[in-house]
Order: sequence, then C-alpha cells, then structure tokens
Amino acid sequence: MVSANSLYGPVDPAVDAGYDAPPSRKGFFTDTSVCIGCKACEVACKEWNLVPEDGIDLLGTSYDNTGGLGADSWRAVHFVEQSRPIGNKGAPFAELPTGPSGTGYAAAVAAAGIDALEEASRLGTGVPGGQPVAEAAAGGGCGCSGGGGGCGSKSSAAASAAAGAGAGTKLLGMPGMHAPGALPDREGRSDVRWLMASNVCKHCTHAACLDVCPTGSLFRTEFGTVVVQEDICNGCGYCVSACPYGVIDRRESDGRAWKCTLCYDRLKADETPACAKACPTESIQFGDLDELRERAERRRQQLHDVGVTEARLYGHDPHDGVGGDGAFFLLLDEPEVYGLPPDPVVTTRDLPDMYRTMAVAAGAMVLGVLASAVGRR
Amino acid sequence: MSGANGTRPEGSAGPATQPSPTREPGGEPAGHTPTRTDPVGGQAARMWEAGMGRREKGRAGRRKRRGDVHAVVPEAEFRSYYGQPILKPPIWTHDIAYYLFTGGLAAGSSMLAVVADARGEVSVRRGLRLTSLGALGASAYFLIIDLGRPERFYNMLRVAKPTSPMSVGTWILTAYGPLAGAAAVLEAAPLLPDRGVLGLLRRCAPPAASAAGAGAAVVAPLLATYTAVLFADTAVPSWHEVHRELPFVFAGSALAASAGAALVLGRTGEVGPARRAALLGACLELTAAHRVEHGHGLLSEPYVQGRPGRYLRAARALTVAGVAGAWLGRRSRLACAASGAALMAGSLLTRMAVFEAGVHSTKDPKYVVVPQRERLAQGRPARSDTPQDIPVV
Repeated sequence: MVSANSLYGPVDPAVDAGYDAPPSRKGFFTDTSVCIGCKACEVACKEWNLVPEDGIDLLGTSYDNTGGLGADSWRAVHFVEQSRPIGNKGAPFAELPTGPSGTGYAAAVAAAGIDALEEASRLGTGVPGGQPVAEAAAGGGCGCSGGGGGCGSKSSAAASAAAGAGAGTKLLGMPGMHAPGALPDREGRSDVRWLMASNVCKHCTHAACLDVCPTGSLFRTEFGTVVVQEDICNGCGYCVSACPYGVIDRRESDGRAWKCTLCYDRLKADETPACAKACPTESIQFGDLDELRERAERRRQQLHDVGVTEARLYGHDPHDGVGGDGAFFLLLDEPEVYGLPPDPVVTTRDLPDMYRTMAVAAGAMVLGVLASAVGRR
Repeated sequence: MSGANGTRPEGSAGPATQPSPTREPGGEPAGHTPTRTDPVGGQAARMWEAGMGRREKGRAGRRKRRGDVHAVVPEAEFRSYYGQPILKPPIWTHDIAYYLFTGGLAAGSSMLAVVADARGEVSVRRGLRLTSLGALGASAYFLIIDLGRPERFYNMLRVAKPTSPMSVGTWILTAYGPLAGAAAVLEAAPLLPDRGVLGLLRRCAPPAASAAGAGAAVVAPLLATYTAVLFADTAVPSWHEVHRELPFVFAGSALAASAGAALVLGRTGEVGPARRAALLGACLELTAAHRVEHGHGLLSEPYVQGRPGRYLRAARALTVAGVAGAWLGRRSRLACAASGAALMAGSLLTRMAVFEAGVHSTKDPKYVVVPQRERLAQGRPARSDTPQDIPVV
C-alpha cells in the first residue's frame, strides 16, 4: 500500500498498488549488443496485439523507418550508424582504411589479433540455455591463442575480397557492400558501426503516466507492469505529456491512449510476451526482474572483460529517477544516441512540492483580494 | 541495397558518396572529401552524409538565431537520435490554453464578486457572477472538446486521485461549478414576481446567492492555481522546470483578468477594488513571469524566443497598459472598459505563451538532453538515495 516511497525511491510497485502477495515482478532486459535490427519484435507485437499499421514511410534517416514508439508502435527498433575510423597500419592491417582510430578499444582488439566474429559467437547472448551458451563456452577451446593465426588469414581475405572471390572471405552482414578497405581508394576512410536497439515501454517503478491518469484507465498489474484499459480511457492525453520517455501516445483514429502492455494477456496465461518470443538473437529477454537484473550485470561485466568498455546498463537501478525500469537495456553508447533521455525523472517526484507551491499561490490570491477590498470605491 | 551498388564501377559515384564536410564533428578531419566510390556503399554513405549519431550543434533551423539578443544561453552541444524528439508533444490543443484563461477568469471573478457583494457594489457583483458562469461554461466546453473521447468525460468522475492534478482539478471544478452557477442564476431573482411562492424565492435569492458565491470563492483560488500544477506535473521540460513559479503566474493572471472583467462590466464608481486587484495581480504575474523567463537557463529559452516569447512580451505590455489605464483613467467609463479589456487580453496571451512554450520544449531533444547531461556532469543525477538533485531555489 501507500508508503514513503510511493512517489519516489525503491519500491515493489505491485505491493505499493495494493496487491497482496503478487507474483514476482516481470520485465524485459533488452541486450542491444546482440540485436540485429530484424524487427521481428515489431512484427510479432503487431500481430499478437492487433496494433494497426502506423504509416508506411521512408524516413530517410536510417534503416529505422518506424520512427520511434507511439500508439501504433509498441516495439520500435532504433538503428544508428556511426563512423568508427580505423587507422592501425600495422602489418596485418595494411589493407584496411586509414585515419585516426575511433576508440582505444578498436585498436586494442585489432592489435590483439582477435577475430571479432569468432569472439562474438563464443560470447553468445548471456541467456542460460541459449545457443551458444556463454557460460559453457567460457571453458571452450577456441580462445584468443588461435586468434593470431586467424588474424593473418583475415587480412589476406580482405585482400582477396578486392578480386571479388576470396576463399574464406567473411560476410560482414552489410548488404551488397565490400568489406571495409577492400577497394584501393581507402585513404581517409572510416569504418562504420551499427547500433540497433529495440525500444519499448519501460514499465517504470514510478510510472508518471499511471500517476497522472485521471480516470484510472492506466493501472498497475499484479506483475508490476503498467497497462491501459481501453474501455475506460477517455483520451485526455495527460499520460502522453507525463511520460519522460515519450512512449505512450494517443491513437488519432480512436482517440484513446495506447502502449505496450508487456502482453498482459500472455503473462496471465504464463506465456512469454510476443516480442521476446519472436526475438531470434535473445536480445529481448523476458523474465523475473530480479533475475534479469543479475543476468544483465553479468553480461555487462562479461562485455567489459573482453574490452567492450562502452557497454552500460540503462534503467536497471532501483535508485534512479523513475525507481528503475521494468524494461531495461544494455546499451553500447550514450542513451540519447538511441533517443532515450540520459537521466529521466518521474515528474510526480515533485508533486508534493508543487501542491505546496500551489497552496501558497492560492493564499497569495486570497490576500490580494482581501487587500483590494479595503479602500475607496 | 543489393550487390549492384557495391560492384558499380568507380566514377559512377552519386552525390551520396560525398560526405558533407560541414557536418563532420570536431574530432574528425573535415577537409577531405572523397570523390570516388565509397566502398561502404550508397545507402550507408547517404546516412553517413546525414551525420547520424554524431554530436550536432543544435539544429539547422536554430543556427540563424545566433546573435539573437533574446538568446538566454549559448547554443548547446548534445547528441541525439537523428535529431528526433525524445518526448511526445502534448496532444492538447489551444483549447487547453483557452481553458487556462477561462478557468482563471471564472475563479477570480467569484472572488472579486464576494468583495463586491460585501461592499454593496451591485453592478460589479452582477457582472462578475455572470462572468464566472460564462467562463465556467466555456471551461467545461474546452475541457470536454479536447478529450479524445468526449462522450466519456464522466470517467473522470469515477475516481478521485491526488497524484493526478487533472483528477484533483475535476473535483475542484465539480465543487466550484454548482456554487458559482447558483450565485449567477440567482442574479435573475429580481425578474420574479413579488408575490406567492416565486415572491418568496425572490426574497430568499440574495442571501442564497451570497452564500453560494462565498462557497465558490472558497474553492476559486484552488481552481485558479491547480492548472499550474496540471502543467508542471508533466515531463514537458519547460513546464516542469518552472513549477515553483507557475502557480504564481496563474494566480496573478487570474486576478488581473477578473479585475479586467469588473472594469469592463462595473459602473465607474464601483470598480475601486477591481483597480487594486488589477495592480496586485499584475505585480504577482509579472514578477513570477520574469523568473520564468530568466531564471531557468536553457529551459527559459522557449518563453523568450519565437511565438511564445512574442506572446509573453505582448501580454506584459497589455497588462501594464491595463493597470495604468485603470488608475489614470478612473473617471472615464471608456478608459476603464478599455483597460479591463487589455487586462483580459494580457491574461489570455500569458496562458497562450505558457502553453506554446511547453509544447515547443518537447519538440527539440536539446531541452531534454542538455539539462539532464548537465545534471550528470555536475555529479548530481536523479537518484533516490542521494536526494541532492532537487533544485534549490
């Protein structure tokens, strides 16, 4: 029930909402380091939840043509392309582009002769039981010692790619493009990095949308998630302005607010939400929030151990401005690069202060009227 | 994107293969411009050219603002997702800005009507009671028409929720409406016949109207100020940031607007209290608005620049002119009425300015990212275990 932390601070939202002995809090851990941007989550979400089409547009910015979350996009895959100059001119990299190195990490990995693709497959996704299993792979044989040899063959592969038919050429997944540095005019070239992240409602511990909803349409489920009851919502739009992440929006065609329900119907039937079920790379992981937080921290540590020092968790901390997100992320760059606010705060944190200020202002108004009542006509 | 792009002969490069040097971030060599086929390929190169995911300096449209005398802060550097807004803009239309005005006008009118009632200034009392009823009706109209599902407005009455200022406001309006309405309707009592049951009603009407009017006046200050909390209790950066000033802006604006109504409707010899209320309200509003415009760095910017800035400056001019006219032209019915109209117009423009400034602040990610980044850079992130991020005024 209502506690000192009902507006701000760590709290179990289901208990705070009045559930007696609710089930463990459910959530998503979206590990963007293994997202391939396939948008299966978007499709699965639309299929399962009967979310209408949201406009078939080419936005002209990136492969992201969804354009972000909204009333008709409850999962949205963000796609960021960044230039990552690679400038190591050492013997194995003579064929690669020139220019200053983007990060010390890139240079260090290159210098160590690590085969990034092999390393990635060894790392897996961090899901116990996932394929390949990261924990099991930790004892596996294909370590970095063999990487030196692989490195040499990689440079020759890059060279032969110029001829167009190199044996052992590795497909980098870039559609219809040569490997970086394959063509001779490589002076000053930069490598690119693609960041992909499937964005979703955060199901905040302190959900401003829910706090400000004047009809009780938004409610806290027993799983600690936040859901709109479409038969109650009258489309006042307060939740839209209250959300610090810009998630919930009003659907123009029917005038009501819509957002991710974390597949409340599926949770009730003990099923995995549609997006997590459809995700082919275990980028979207569903489960008990406590366990997901531990798993995410292990994953972050694992990535740091292999030199991915830009890996960071976002929304995992119960002490942050929204009391921790039910759906949180592992990111490879600053949150704002993915369109996420770097330090969000639930606006109702300041509500008691606002009401106090309002009382003072109302009192000032009364005093003003009383003062003006004294004097000549 | 197929293999065709990757294998096309050198020299067939389109404009896409020429990254614009002007969009290069500082750390990268901005001078070189590859002229031949980029091995990365067409689509990627186009996106690269667009400068994605890099540090941008504001947005192109904002550049021309450089040198603007009203610029509060230097242009901020920040990163964003292709310049897309982080927040959703409020879906509220200008109806809500009009409601801010009519709600404040109704509330202030009820309060000043009690003063006029106590002092026996009949023309002012009657005018203000009728004003409050009209403004109340307009308020209800604007509020309901702005819903996505207007026929479901009554769902607001299903719950009473202190964490929702809109719910609180609904109940304030529900308490205020019948009282203000009764006070206004009972003004029609002199039209009733002298005798019989209706005659009794006619005699009972004035005290009943006074009681209802007093009740409305008790609720009215809450009606005038809750709208500030309604706006401030959002993620809209320029509304939330000014939550310590906005209730005073709205209180003063309501007082000035209702004083304006009294000046328009009251007889010249009965508007002394309205004249004083106009002065006090204007002082309160302009002082608080000054802090809104200048006290919050980047988040004050939307109140100073563009259309909201023009509205706010016009509102200030009208309010000052209204107060001056009310005091200097106190013998002239025309001057009083014109001053009253200026005061009401100023109040309306103030509300429009606040509304539009907030909407503007959601449409540019810098108003979200830059203040939050500053907070992080200063080592005071929003955390519940170290409550040091609450702004100190």
